[in-house]
Amino acid sequence: MNRITQTFQTLRRQGRKALIGYLTAGDPDLKTSERNIRLALANGLDLLELGVPFSDPTADGPSIQSAGRRALASGANLKQILAMAARLRRSFKTPMILFSYANPLFRYGYTKLCRDAKRAGIDGLLVVDLPFEESAELRAPMKRHRLLFIQLIAPTTSPERARRLLAEADGFVYYILVKGVTGARTRRVPPTRRVFNAKKNIDRLRTCTDLPIAAGFGISDGAQAHEAARHADAVVVGSALVEAARKGRLAELVRELAAAVHGV
Amino acid sequence: MKHEPDARGHFGPYGGRYVAETLMPALIELEQAYRKAVKDPVFNKLFHDILRDYVGRPSPLYLAERLTKAYGGARLYLKREDLNHTGAHKINNTIGQALLARRMGKTRLMAETGAGQHGVATATAAALLGMECEVFMGEEDIRRQAPNVQRMQFLGAGIHPVHSGTATLKDAMSEAMRAWVARVDDTFYVIGSVAGPHPYPSMVRTFQSVIGTETRAQILEKTGRLPDMVIACVGGGSNAAGIFSAFLDKTSVRLVGVEAAGFGIRTGKHAASIGAGSIGILHGSKSYLLQDNDGQVQNAHSVSAGLDYPGVGPQHAHWADTARVEYCSITDTEALQAFDDLTRLEGILPALESSHALAEAKKRSRKLGARATIVINLSGRGDKDLDNIVSYKQKHRKH
Ligand SMILES: Cc1ncc(COP(=O)(O)O)c(C=O)c1O
Repeated sequence: MNRITQTFQTLRRQGRKALIGYLTAGDPDLKTSERNIRLALANGLDLLELGVPFSDPTADGPSIQSAGRRALASGANLKQILAMAARLRRSFKTPMILFSYANPLFRYGYTKLCRDAKRAGIDGLLVVDLPFEESAELRAPMKRHRLLFIQLIAPTTSPERARRLLAEADGFVYYILVKGVTGARTRRVPPTRRVFNAKKNIDRLRTCTDLPIAAGFGISDGAQAHEAARHADAVVVGSALVEAARKGRLAELVRELAAAVHGV
Repeated sequence: MKHEPDARGHFGPYGGRYVAETLMPALIELEQAYRKAVKDPVFNKLFHDILRDYVGRPSPLYLAERLTKAYGGARLYLKREDLNHTGAHKINNTIGQALLARRMGKTRLMAETGAGQHGVATATAAALLGMECEVFMGEEDIRRQAPNVQRMQFLGAGIHPVHSGTATLKDAMSEAMRAWVARVDDTFYVIGSVAGPHPYPSMVRTFQSVIGTETRAQILEKTGRLPDMVIACVGGGSNAAGIFSAFLDKTSVRLVGVEAAGFGIRTGKHAASIGAGSIGILHGSKSYLLQDNDGQVQNAHSVSAGLDYPGVGPQHAHWADTARVEYCSITDTEALQAFDDLTRLEGILPALESSHALAEAKKRSRKLGARATIVINLSGRGDKDLDNIVSYKQKHRKH
């Protein structure tokens, strides 16, 4: 069984919620980034989203944009990132999802990518700008290599559309909490309010799928993570981890988030 | 050959919709609204009335006799999009999209801009229809297209300077997409070229096809036959797609798209996505792209802000593969020479973008011979470029 599915089954059996962490691979360079990821994994991440930097990250806010810029400036590329994943896999059993924009994967070649990713111990792919309608070309080789295609659902996705997309989804559903880019924080709606508004959408999503639901975008501390974990099966934190890593507070934040999520 | 995309917006292997899920419902809604609108006689009448009475269409087709003589060959006709209100072809599209936005109940327009022509055209349409407008523009373009920035501000648009990347059109478009995700309920994103996710490439071409429809009737009236060649510059490719659209079925008419070669293709500092790029995915569609081996998008270079973009509309990629359109490129220096030629010989200041098409006509004219006719799409006027041209000439003057 795929490590992602297995992890969620185990957690569900234990009645626990999951903490999913995103970090941009290669930020600010591969060596530092690998050290940070190890730190995050050792301090309580249940799943890792390994971000592939892209020159034009149209779905990301300032934190992840800057992380990508630093990673690219240091020369990080997909081949090196997969090699890093393989090293991480030797030390950790944690599920790893490659999180990317379509173009770096397309350029690498979808078939070759799936083969190399599987070999490196990657368990699934999440491609931000590859909606379901364009995904057949990638899903075919993914299926052959038993990689899970993680489907994003947005607050703008209608229940009918969600049902259609999720019929083909696997592993878990990534529910985007806000209409906006990653790390986005609207001044008008405080984050906890937003999570509360999301409750309705998550409940509705439950009627469309039996897959575990992970909620993310805009969650930056333990209190918000706790609130989100009350409604979802997992909480995704990205920008806040990227910032914490820069300030040398990564382990601390992961522990805070893990305690908050696992305490639900 | 088929020139409409498939149901999901693919032109052969190109096009499609590569956007975050958050935007998918908005694009589907837009596509449905657009399909209904173009079939609605009321919408079409309103669109064409505004084009006639406000934009000043039809734009003339002008036989440039002194230029013809100087270039020593084919008779050169200029499609005068420079005479449109706001000075370029961009207004045809923004009127169409703004009317559609109003039909859809959106109150706010948003646009990216390079040369500022599309920004001005969007701000103008917003003023005309009483809508809010926000324009995303790279810092570098704000510097080199200062008069247009001023115009947008007078028109009441908010200018959002973009600092990331090379601070040009590509980065402005990325930032516009980010902003759209956050305001997708009340905001209509007016894309300025035949680029972006489906339905933009075919929608923008449809709104720009008025250029081709007029040109075809005008050239038949003036010469009694179709032209031998139609030349247009290609940034994203909207003025080219607009004028080509009326001649696609007539294979006797050679269609030529001109990309920006910047300092020269071999220097790597250019914007020739078709000529020197490879297939990739950027800003919502699959097309030719300037990128490195890792799929990171590379910076384009052109003296002309409107051509300074590392991608190209997906239908152009398809036309290139199927050889319906020939693509070539013109350097900064050649374009500036053509700017001087038209200004001195005809008293018309062309936009630097359009100067690329003129420079290509210069190369082709003699070979085609005096009995041939070439139509050049003069996509815009050069007033916006004057400061930029002065500083470029100072910097690159040969000693
Ligand atoms: C006068 C003019 N021509 C051409 C272009 C290039 O755009 P497109 O290739 O979409 O016609 C621009 C873009 O700003 C422009 O202002």
